[in-house]
Amino acid sequence: MKLSECFEQGKFVITCEVGPSKGIETEKLMEELEPLRDKVDAFNVTDLQSSVLRVGSLAMCRLLREKGLEPIMQLTCRDRNRLGLQSDVLSAAVLSIENLLCLTGDHPKLGDHPEAMPVFDLDSVQLLSAIKGLMNGKDMAGNDLEGPPPEFCLGAAVNPGADPLEPQIMKMEKKIEAGAEFFQTQAVYEVDKFAVFCEKIKHLKAPVMAGIVLLKSPAMAKFMNANVAGIYVPDEIIDELAAVPKEKRVEKSLEISARLIKQLKNLCSGVHIMSLGWERHVPTLLELAGL
Amino acid sequence: MLFTQDKPLDEVLESLGKEKNIFLLACNGCAEACETGGEKALSAMETEVKKAGKNVTGACLVDFLCNKVLVTTRLAREMDRIKQADSILVLTCGIGVQAVAKVVDKVVHPAANTVSLGGLQGLWPADERCEACGDCALDYTGGICPITGCAKGLLNGPCGGAQDGKCEVDPEKDCGWIKIYEQLKKVGRLENLKKIRTPRDHSKMLPSAELRKTSFYDVEK
Repeated sequence: MKLSECFEQGKFVITCEVGPSKGIETEKLMEELEPLRDKVDAFNVTDLQSSVLRVGSLAMCRLLREKGLEPIMQLTCRDRNRLGLQSDVLSAAVLSIENLLCLTGDHPKLGDHPEAMPVFDLDSVQLLSAIKGLMNGKDMAGNDLEGPPPEFCLGAAVNPGADPLEPQIMKMEKKIEAGAEFFQTQAVYEVDKFAVFCEKIKHLKAPVMAGIVLLKSPAMAKFMNANVAGIYVPDEIIDELAAVPKEKRVEKSLEISARLIKQLKNLCSGVHIMSLGWERHVPTLLELAGL
Repeated sequence: MLFTQDKPLDEVLESLGKEKNIFLLACNGCAEACETGGEKALSAMETEVKKAGKNVTGACLVDFLCNKVLVTTRLAREMDRIKQADSILVLTCGIGVQAVAKVVDKVVHPAANTVSLGGLQGLWPADERCEACGDCALDYTGGICPITGCAKGLLNGPCGGAQDGKCEVDPEKDCGWIKIYEQLKKVGRLENLKKIRTPRDHSKMLPSAELRKTSFYDVEK
């Protein structure tokens, strides 16, 4: 089912991120996702997240589909030129994958193969346009596709914490023009700042899903503040997490995220949960958030 | 020696858009040898720009537009004529256009595409880099190159990975797209960022057979 249909039904849409494994052992991950069945609308499968080599998004998406779980295939411009990207998009359609999230992708230098060639033949806007072209039966060179054209719901990302914000919003407008139907954001911890972002994009019709990253420790929060663009975990939240003993951390972390979801609920059309290995705690989080 | 070829005239005139007053600036170095710059190209461009109904506020020839000190010194005498202009049309390579944009807060339009860096006898200034993509984009990016200035060579805006204005790849390097945004804001051309830029044509990076036959190209081999 296309994610756009969930938005059309007026649902508060919930997606959860899935990071494929480093090796070919996939059973464990699939088991961890099982408790989330019927609780989330779709699963985003990352495409070599942080430029670290893993099992590919396409294969994992197909495994999810076979289990009856709705996949969103993430597609970055880092590793494939326009031939490779278009081919994988067609392959996704062949494998009954209906949702694609189009991203620029992290630079290879940030990952575990820093010597790799950064491709970026296309950028995220151009990738969306190229897929829209395929959906109209034409490849990027203008050649006709044989048979029925593929159908997808296309998504994109936006960073509401980017500074300056204006060029991010201008790029968001271009992504919509190119075919993006929904957006997922970078992790949000500052509700006030997110509200300002929402005010600035109120002329845009595409639904926005706020990003939720579960905080595993105060150190992780501090690390993100220092190293991840556009994420700022306020001191009050870090102190709140640091004030409880280690064994109470999961509980506290879920409480913080649930509170954020409740505060963000009226500002956005859904939440995108990045649980980073804490998939097993997501059902509790959703319960605490009243979803 | 940086090899340049004229951008198609209709592309140049289209980039000038509704601008009425144009200052012309040509390089007398490598571009003169390629006939994209120098006295002859400058006067031919002046005729074309006037024919298109524009007013030329001034025309100036500088030996090496890649030399920012030389450009600053030489253009000091032209400031009044530059101030009267809506933009500067620069007849030179990608590095020259970037060097001009760096020293004058004015909209710049490249009149040529850089197709090969050849033996690089031109200057290689601190920040300005040219990859000889063969399809100069400096026109809409405020004279700051998105291909060499952005670690990912993105054409449609920042990736969102910049932290405190610095690139996600190198915390010492400024984000090229934030610089482009700030420059366009400064010269009042932010609307340039609204248009979707189509993917690059990588075949333009190959110097044409015609160019490879020229004596300039041969000398460098």
